[in-house]
Amino acid sequence: MTDVQTRELPAGRTTGRNVGRPIDRVDGTAKTTGAARYAAEYPYPGLTHAALVHATISRGRITSVDTAEAAAVPGVLAVITHLNAPAMKPPPPVSPLNLSTLVSGTTVNYLNTDEVHWDGQPVGVVVAETREAALRAAALVRVGYRELPATVDFAAGQGDARPEKSSPIQPGAVAKGDAAAAIAAAAVSVDVRYTTPPHHHNAIEPHATTAVWDGDRLTVHEGSQSIAWMRSHLALRFGVPAAGVRVISPYVGGAFGGKGMVWAGTVLTVLAARVTGRPVRLALTREGVYRTVGGRTPSAQRVALGASADGALTGLIHTSVTRTGRVGGMPEQVTSASRHLYDVPNITLQQATVPLDLLSNTAMRAPGESIGTFALEAAIDELACELDMDPILLRMRNEPARDPVDGKRFAHRMLREAYALGAERFGWPERTPRPGSMRDGKWLVGMGVATAYHPSWQFSANVTVRLAADGTVVVRCGFHEMGMGGATAQAQIAADALGVPFEAVRVEYGDSDLPTGPAAGGSAQTASVAAGLLAACEKLKRSVLALARRSGDSPLRGRRPHDLQARDGGLWAGASGPGETYAAILGRAGRASVEARVGSDTRAGEILGQAKFIAKFLRDRRRWVKAACGAQFCEVRVDSDTGEVRVSRWVGSFDVGTVINAKTTAGQLRGGIVMGIGMALSEETLLDPRTGRIMNPNLAEYHVPVHADIPPIDVHYLNEPDPTMPLGLIGVGEVSITGVAAAISNAVYHATGKRVRDLPITLDKLL
Amino acid sequence: MVEIHLRVNGVTRSLDLEPWVSLLDALRERLDLTGTKKGCDQGACGACTVLADGERINSCLALAVQYAGREITTIEGVAHPLQAAFVRHDGLQCGYCTSGQICSALAMLAEHRAGAPSAVTGDPAATGVELSRAEIAERMSGNLCRCGAYNGIVSAIQEVAEMETAR
Ligand code: FES
Ligand code: FES
Repeated sequence: MTDVQTRELPAGRTTGRNVGRPIDRVDGTAKTTGAARYAAEYPYPGLTHAALVHATISRGRITSVDTAEAAAVPGVLAVITHLNAPAMKPPPPVSPLNLSTLVSGTTVNYLNTDEVHWDGQPVGVVVAETREAALRAAALVRVGYRELPATVDFAAGQGDARPEKSSPIQPGAVAKGDAAAAIAAAAVSVDVRYTTPPHHHNAIEPHATTAVWDGDRLTVHEGSQSIAWMRSHLALRFGVPAAGVRVISPYVGGAFGGKGMVWAGTVLTVLAARVTGRPVRLALTREGVYRTVGGRTPSAQRVALGASADGALTGLIHTSVTRTGRVGGMPEQVTSASRHLYDVPNITLQQATVPLDLLSNTAMRAPGESIGTFALEAAIDELACELDMDPILLRMRNEPARDPVDGKRFAHRMLREAYALGAERFGWPERTPRPGSMRDGKWLVGMGVATAYHPSWQFSANVTVRLAADGTVVVRCGFHEMGMGGATAQAQIAADALGVPFEAVRVEYGDSDLPTGPAAGGSAQTASVAAGLLAACEKLKRSVLALARRSGDSPLRGRRPHDLQARDGGLWAGASGPGETYAAILGRAGRASVEARVGSDTRAGEILGQAKFIAKFLRDRRRWVKAACGAQFCEVRVDSDTGEVRVSRWVGSFDVGTVINAKTTAGQLRGGIVMGIGMALSEETLLDPRTGRIMNPNLAEYHVPVHADIPPIDVHYLNEPDPTMPLGLIGVGEVSITGVAAAISNAVYHATGKRVRDLPITLDKLL
Repeated sequence: MVEIHLRVNGVTRSLDLEPWVSLLDALRERLDLTGTKKGCDQGACGACTVLADGERINSCLALAVQYAGREITTIEGVAHPLQAAFVRHDGLQCGYCTSGQICSALAMLAEHRAGAPSAVTGDPAATGVELSRAEIAERMSGNLCRCGAYNGIVSAIQEVAEMETAR
């Protein structure tokens, strides 16, 4: 697979007529007319509605359940608790041999246990004819508990954090040289602590599931970032063959990591449908999402830096503490960008985690990097101030030629160019360095800058491509569309690879009955599918050529695959040589269509695909450091009376390799910056430190950015291919949130002279 | 149960429902008009925005019975250049806030035409206030977009507003 894409690279670049263009997203009309149906919007005859009952203690055991009142609500069909729920298989332990085991949101076997592990854990599900009746009845289920001591407060629990071990996926500690000694001996140094609060994804579509059983066959409508793993997970939990489980997910109303795992709502909807024998829909309330779907871990970080008087870094220490749930979650790679950003002889990195009696944490847009770059890039700014040096100059002074930790080559790194472009567009030279020196009436104006950095990944993807005699093409791959424009991008890629018009390509996705696609995570989906798609197109063209060569009349007789160009709806020998259209070749051969396939969905195929992925991953990793990077520039205006911070200008300049679709890429880059602005200034999930209960589980009290908070965001990209990636593309979903909070906090310092090291930067912290 | 007649997108539909059913649930669950979205069910996100006699309301905060006899327009009943402008300017990603953004914007444009000021309008009594980006953003701030498609949404609305003024 890899070889094919590498060979494809030059051709893809030179013949690209669709790749790079700002083509409108293909699902735009469906989404602007209300025709697009999301998970909770599939009508079924006899459809019923479910609602969850949540535990109100942090940890303990259920001692009594009274469902009498709930069951008496008119329209209620079933009240399911651990007392009457059928047995399910527990979530499987994580196994590297079966990556779908990564998808369990928690280790809890819901309603198959009397144990409570977090405040909010579902302890019952009610099914009724209407949603109103289900919600009403759920509120009437009375549950008694015996409470057990619980540790829920992150601030108090940090002392118990354990250092993380490294794994092949998550490199852990770094101890290169003696950073502490270097910093102690440095001419200039800073040593600072930063904290970030928990965050929640808050996709505007709350999680919803519609589940329908037909014997042992199960259909699930769900907005998901990992339909194939969800299928495996549900098959295992309910003891049915995976082949009979279908997860359908053509539209996902935002996800950002929150729809990557299988959470309680999904499992319990399927369970409720099993119990009642009816189709069941569970549309979580917004509060229900907060109670049952994990969010981003809080963090406490320390960054210490030492430099010579001319700004050469001599030591870097970055340590972090984050939390998981005792029932699941993952350590975040908080220090990952610190491995790669600066050429420092002495580096110490260490991440630690503490498990708490809370719901598992989960990935949220750039897990680790988004909060890690806040601390690192704010500390760099603090050092620049100590050095009395321009912060961009300081960064460029320490830009490494090779990876600072292990000397590997960067597959691609154009951070200097990104800074140069961004600085020019932003007008950085107009900035006067002294804090508070750029006042405009009552507004204190500040300008800040920070580096964005996110590793680039690529998973395996099975793809089929079918070319019909009329010249139309169908691409099939079970990938995910949460708003990134995946179908549009893949149609552009297929159109160029086969030399057909963009309009001739239809892309099918979001259905687990399709060839297995990659999970949508790690900003890897576009590249992963592209690799499979390009390989499938190559195969397809060879099959078509073979068909043509069978005929004595074909002008392609005697031609080899590498002599040919795919263009104008056919294969041609070079730019002006003879050739013929696909329609002519298929027509002569009497074929309605030709299909090519990459990857296999059999169990053996799955294992092989996984093994290939891991082999490629490890090989790549030995050779290169692969990442997207960029420079974030912002201007803030701080109200000198109230401390209110407004973001007034933004320029983001990114190195994300080849851009497939100029329009949707710009949108995704902006979207990350918007979420970063929320992280910097307003977003914070508040937990009661005694119970761990989330106190603001709604959009009224968890403040995501609104229209008025967002200035025009000027995004630029260098559009230079990464030679190690398919078509040279690097994923763009996450890099643009990284560095945002740091750029803002640096700008706020520049405006006010105050360093706020504790996100979000709310006005009370500035007064 | 109450029997009501709801006029939705120009068609009268009769419904038997409990008096506590929200207009949003009546549209989505009873009439299968799922273009109107539910993001919070408590008036905080704007995804459920529909037009009632041309004015924007959060249908999650409205009881269906209150709107009997009113003219309700949902996204399914909208055919307006703004929809194409949203696609052209990429004022959407996941699409889940989009119906609400579009319905909200249509009413907002009408409010502006009628001379309604916003919090950023310098002189509330002024007439013919220019629909700047800041004005649009302020007036659209009840409609959240977590995908962060705000810039594209504002551009789409501004383009359509300019087209309308030019006419
Ligand atoms: S669903 Fe009505 S405002 Fe959010
Ligand atoms: S397009 Fe996804 S929330 Fe607006």
